[in-house]
Amino acid sequence: MPAPELRVVPLPHGPLLRVEGLTVRLSGRAVLEGLDFELHEGLSVVLGANGAGKSVLLRTLHGLIPPAAGRMIWRHGHPPRRALVFQRPVLLRRTVRAQLRFALACAGVPWRRRRERVQELLELADLVHLADRPARRLSGGEQQRLQLATALALDPELLLLDEPAASLDPAATLAFERVVERVRRAGVSVLLVTHDVHQARRLAERVLFLERGRLVESGPAVRFFAAPTSAAARAYLEGRLAP
Amino acid sequence: MDTIAEAFARAFALLAAGDPELLAVIGLSLRVSLSATALACALGIPLGMALAMARFPGRRALVVLVDALMGLPPVVVGLLVYLLLSRAGPLGHLGLLYTPTAMVIAQTVLVLPVVTALSRNLGEQLLAEYGEFLRALGAGPLRRVAALVVEGRHALVTVALAGFGRAIAEVGAVMIVGGNIRHHTRVMTTAIALETGKGELATALALGIVLVAVALSVNALAHVLRARERELAHAGA
Repeated sequence: MPAPELRVVPLPHGPLLRVEGLTVRLSGRAVLEGLDFELHEGLSVVLGANGAGKSVLLRTLHGLIPPAAGRMIWRHGHPPRRALVFQRPVLLRRTVRAQLRFALACAGVPWRRRRERVQELLELADLVHLADRPARRLSGGEQQRLQLATALALDPELLLLDEPAASLDPAATLAFERVVERVRRAGVSVLLVTHDVHQARRLAERVLFLERGRLVESGPAVRFFAAPTSAAARAYLEGRLAP
Repeated sequence: MDTIAEAFARAFALLAAGDPELLAVIGLSLRVSLSATALACALGIPLGMALAMARFPGRRALVVLVDALMGLPPVVVGLLVYLLLSRAGPLGHLGLLYTPTAMVIAQTVLVLPVVTALSRNLGEQLLAEYGEFLRALGAGPLRRVAALVVEGRHALVTVALAGFGRAIAEVGAVMIVGGNIRHHTRVMTTAIALETGKGELATALALGIVLVAVALSVNALAHVLRARERELAHAGA
């Protein structure tokens, strides 16, 4: 029997997003300048020091901040459904369940389907036992998982996380990462901004390294952590203060 | 000193006797001022929240104007509403002058800027907390206004109380558009003004004591309701 002919099938889809010459100005100052990169499916991490422009990049990709120049070319010609988790949890003065219902309403989920979706989100974020607790009475880690569940109510294809674990203890961080991992396995692409090199090592498939508004390095995480090419990234990984 | 003691005695006597005329005056005062506060809140709270959110040319000027209108003298409001409702006025054909409805309209005009300005202020604080969050969720303008109202519900009780306080305490506007007609448009403040004019200081003071007691009771009730709601929602500040 002849061996089946091997055909080179083009990847069904290229990068999720190609960014060309992205420049963002806030009150006249260039916060991001001339960024070129590709965002791939899976989990990418944005690393960089304070003020590097990581959060601004996330907000620009979400559409909250309009770019001053450059192009964002999305795979299907239009942006995917995006959701953003902020560094500081934003909690409504309502119960966990009510916050999720509100997010579902914003997402346009029909009223009849909301109860079922709330339950799914609660399970996904390990919050079932806290469903009727006021959101503001949760612990830091629980609040951040609720934040994640709130973002997931939008059924995003791209999830943007802005240092979500910055103020969490190790146990809460792990609990949070467990949920992120579940989400990623469900096929949601994730772009995570973090300060935490260890977290980046644990989660990242690809890394973008920003320094003072410019993209210094980007590529697969394995290569980045094994052999960073820029002095700034090497200094950052070694915990040295870059000059 | 005698007058004061006598006034207290008479106030309790009046209340204890359940004097129907006094009860009617108290009832009308509450009806008019609560209606005006409710109307002003229904209009002013969404308006204030929308003003907090909206960005348009001239917004600053509008904010200053609304803030300034908080100090609108009641007699001026009374006069304006009078001109509007008097027979020769644009709404004269409605025949509302010297009716409780006219009093509600006047007090609504008086309270509306208070509610709007305080809601706008509250809305701006809430936006600092929730603005980006709501936009990130893709909430439209109406949903955002509604969300701000819900999230600000505890503070809005205080806003409503401030409005009610202004309504129940004013005398100039209801006097002009209501006419202080016995059994028809007489409320506590106009009755106090009348009794004082007649030299019936003890009666006037007794009514004053009742007025203060009513205002206190409404505030106390609102606080009790708010505390209970807070407890139910465990909402925190």
